[in-house]
Amino acid sequence: MKERILEVRGLNVDYGLGPESVRAVRDVDLTLHRGEVLGLAGESGSGKSTLAYGMTRLLPPPGIVAGGEVIYTLDDGSTVDLLRIRDADLRRLRWSEIAIVFQGAINSLNPVQRISTQLVDVLKAHSARSTPKARQDRARELLGLVGIASDRLHSYPHQLSGGMRQRVMIAMALALEPRVVIMDEPTTALDVVVQRQILRTLVELRERLGFSVVFITHDLSLLVEFSDRIAIMYAGQVVEEATSADLYRTPLHPYSDGLLHSFPALKGPRRELSGIAGSPPDLRSMPGGCPFHPRCGRAMDVCATRTPVLGQSTAGRSVACWLHPVSVG
Amino acid sequence: MSYLLKRIGFYLLTVWAAVTINFFVPRMIPGDPVQALITKQRGQMTSEAVRSLYVLFGLDKDESLASQYFSYLGQLLRGDLGMSFTFFPSPVADVIGDGLPWTVGLVGITTVIGFFLGTAAGAVVGWRRGTWADSLIPVTTFVSSIPYFWLGLVAIALLTGPGSFFPASGAYEIGLVPNWDWQFIGSTVQHGLLPGFTILISSVSGWILSMRNMMVTVSSDDYVTVAHAKGLPERRVMLAYAARNALLPNVSGFALALGFIVGGTLLVEIVFSYPGLGLQLFQAVGAKDYPLLQGIFLIITLSVLLANLLADVAYLALDPRTRREG
Amino acid sequence: MRNNPKALTGLVALGVFVLFAVVGPWLAPFDPSTRSNDLLQPPSSAHWFGTTHLGQDIFSQVLVGTRSVIFVGAVAGVVATVLSVLVGVTAGYLSGSAGEGLSALSNVFLVIPALPLIVIITSSLPETSNLTIALVIGLTSWAWNARVLRAQTLSLRRRDYVEAARANGESTWRIILFEILPNLTAVIASGFVGTVLFAVISEITLAFIGVSDAGGWNWGTVLYWAQSQQALTQGAWWWFVPAGLAIALLGTALSLVNFGIDEYVNPRLRTRSSTRGVRMRVGFTPVLAKETS
Ligand SMILES: Nc1ncnc2c1ncn2[C@@H]1O[C@H](COP(=O)(O)OP(=O)(O)O)[C@@H](O)[C@H]1O
Ligand SMILES: [Mg+2]
Repeated sequence: MKERILEVRGLNVDYGLGPESVRAVRDVDLTLHRGEVLGLAGESGSGKSTLAYGMTRLLPPPGIVAGGEVIYTLDDGSTVDLLRIRDADLRRLRWSEIAIVFQGAINSLNPVQRISTQLVDVLKAHSARSTPKARQDRARELLGLVGIASDRLHSYPHQLSGGMRQRVMIAMALALEPRVVIMDEPTTALDVVVQRQILRTLVELRERLGFSVVFITHDLSLLVEFSDRIAIMYAGQVVEEATSADLYRTPLHPYSDGLLHSFPALKGPRRELSGIAGSPPDLRSMPGGCPFHPRCGRAMDVCATRTPVLGQSTAGRSVACWLHPVSVG
Repeated sequence: MSYLLKRIGFYLLTVWAAVTINFFVPRMIPGDPVQALITKQRGQMTSEAVRSLYVLFGLDKDESLASQYFSYLGQLLRGDLGMSFTFFPSPVADVIGDGLPWTVGLVGITTVIGFFLGTAAGAVVGWRRGTWADSLIPVTTFVSSIPYFWLGLVAIALLTGPGSFFPASGAYEIGLVPNWDWQFIGSTVQHGLLPGFTILISSVSGWILSMRNMMVTVSSDDYVTVAHAKGLPERRVMLAYAARNALLPNVSGFALALGFIVGGTLLVEIVFSYPGLGLQLFQAVGAKDYPLLQGIFLIITLSVLLANLLADVAYLALDPRTRREG
Repeated sequence: MRNNPKALTGLVALGVFVLFAVVGPWLAPFDPSTRSNDLLQPPSSAHWFGTTHLGQDIFSQVLVGTRSVIFVGAVAGVVATVLSVLVGVTAGYLSGSAGEGLSALSNVFLVIPALPLIVIITSSLPETSNLTIALVIGLTSWAWNARVLRAQTLSLRRRDYVEAARANGESTWRIILFEILPNLTAVIASGFVGTVLFAVISEITLAFIGVSDAGGWNWGTVLYWAQSQQALTQGAWWWFVPAGLAIALLGTALSLVNFGIDEYVNPRLRTRSSTRGVRMRVGFTPVLAKETS
């Protein structure tokens, strides 16, 4: 029996308040187990980043968490709701328990401070009693972990290449040996070779250190080889969840199928995925019924009128689609 | 260092532009402004002084424009700014030499303090957006729209008068001889407080507004969110991440705005009869003392450029991206 | 504009000032220059803002002076805006030494202290009228906006649709007029408002040191006489308070309009900071207590 470490229940995230607001994440349930890699895939704009930052309360204005729970299980087995604890407690928990690698490392580093300062910052904030010397050594060691020579320690971000900056961010995420690392498209902006290198480093490190990962990408083919379980998002909802193997072999939702058989551009401007016609719905005017039905090649009458919910389907897997109705009972 | 060299080159270009403007502007003056003076002071002016004024005003009709220009440049290089009409027979350079220290002391110090105070306050106000701090904005907007000199008038009306600690005019007690003893320094500080506060209040509000806007803009940059994600203490996020970055455009804004600010602050001197360049400018306008006007313009321009250069050095120290290394 | 109370307040206040500028001279109860026997009187029902040492009505002076202030502000604003668009957009659009040269030119004008420059030019002119003062201010204060416009144009030039228009062989002028300028409207408007504010303060400052339209009135001339006739030592606060407040109010109105434009250009500045009791905070996303849907 795998233990749960992070559990999202009924999470709703909005942009804006009142009548102007749009719901970018709707009723999402998600479970992350200890030591597992959970993939989160979906076209760009499907709400993956909003989900990741919403559940950690890092979403900048006008983002608002409109409801739900995010239950984190601590080392001693007790649980806390990240959405309900005090700011000071959340601050203590951040990075030491849950670290995040943000989309776009270029903007994640403070441009006016040395890499060393930014690494040491974390160490200082969470273990005030360590000596400056120990912190410097640890920073050097962290850079070594992701394959960066220690003479880069005192560089400024603009002196490093994009790939190196992303590695620095990964090193920084691992600084306090967190139990959960959330990675939002950590390699999207990089070219294929660097992308592969970084992923390899990441796999290695995970095996050695044993943290759990939420890995976000719009590139499903990447996830399939790299994660244990995958959740597929569409228009702010999780529409299918399965083990990588199952999803790869038999994707149940037509959207998952489309994602799997499209070839997203690895580099350069994002173009439309060739496997799915049309574009994602406008969050302000969502189609009735299943949000995917206007683009779905296998849509039926019921799809336009009733919204399918995520549940155990007759196939014994979790999917929200009328092709695989929820098993009753 | 190529950045700094480029800036210095630019400042030299600006000096040349200011000098050239100064050469051409007096040529618009109708009639012969020097003749009146010569007639009045007949016999007291050396032929050399008359000549220098002629070069200044381009009254050598026999010479070509180009040779007029070069004799003008040569004269400037020798530090000869001509002779003041109002303070006859003092040369302009001496008159300005008397006023400059007062202006640098008053305007220079208060402008810098105003920048630091306003930037610090703006950082806090911008960071605490959505709290009581927002209510400061309308007040600062109103204050920053008031001309400096008018605020000075109000300060004099409200705070000076018989028995008040604040003197209404001058830079030191009449009768004291300027030197470095405590009595004189004390008197100078006492006289400088009110004009100083006037400049401070007017200039601080502008910096509060601009720094606040920069803080708000920078606060939603990714690295600030990352700093929060790292669980850093609030103060550290605010100072080392948000404010540290918001400071950069504010420093370059400071350099660019100096030319505007200096104009306003000089006028405070008029209101307080403070014996600096501003008061001299006022007297020169009233007396149509063209040589003094031009000299003051040149010196103010040079001072602003020097201050700009210092701001550049500060920027260089603050923004690693302008440094070329590694 | 409708959902921007700041800008709306500013525009209304500005409208009132413009109205006074137009009808002020007819509304004024007295001729501003005519002397009377009510010497240095404090405000009363006959003289709302009191009188000067010559018995002139200060309310009429301020009211009549509004026209000159608005006129100089508007003319200087237009002149400076036209120049800044010409220099800034051209400098941004042209690559190479021509663009660099224009940019250096605006930087030179930017660092030369504006007010002393305006003072030496206006006091060297054979005559100063509202028009010449406005022109001098306009001709010397375009640099800031030119700089902003250049930066904006540089970034617009790299946008896809501009690149596409160039690839299609559209003429430079067509591209500038139809692809670039429409996208600069807000920046140009904000620059115009900023310059008007600067011009107004400059005109008043000039008048205060004694350079003004001969025989005409503006708020600065009122202050000039107040200062030179020792209004302060005589306790005649009414002599300088109304004109100063008028400047501050006009300045605030212009700043408010500019805040509105800034918030439109830079959405991050919009104060949606605390609606319905929820405080938006970077780093700690608010969590609504109860489901709203
Ligand atoms: N500041 C915002 N205001 C309103 N809507 C937003 C904002 N940011 C993102 N969105 C919307 O939220 C949806 C999800 O965006 P995002 O989470 O970034 O998707 P992903 O990470 O999957 O690409 C998109 O439809 C996007 O248009
Ligand atoms: Mg994203």
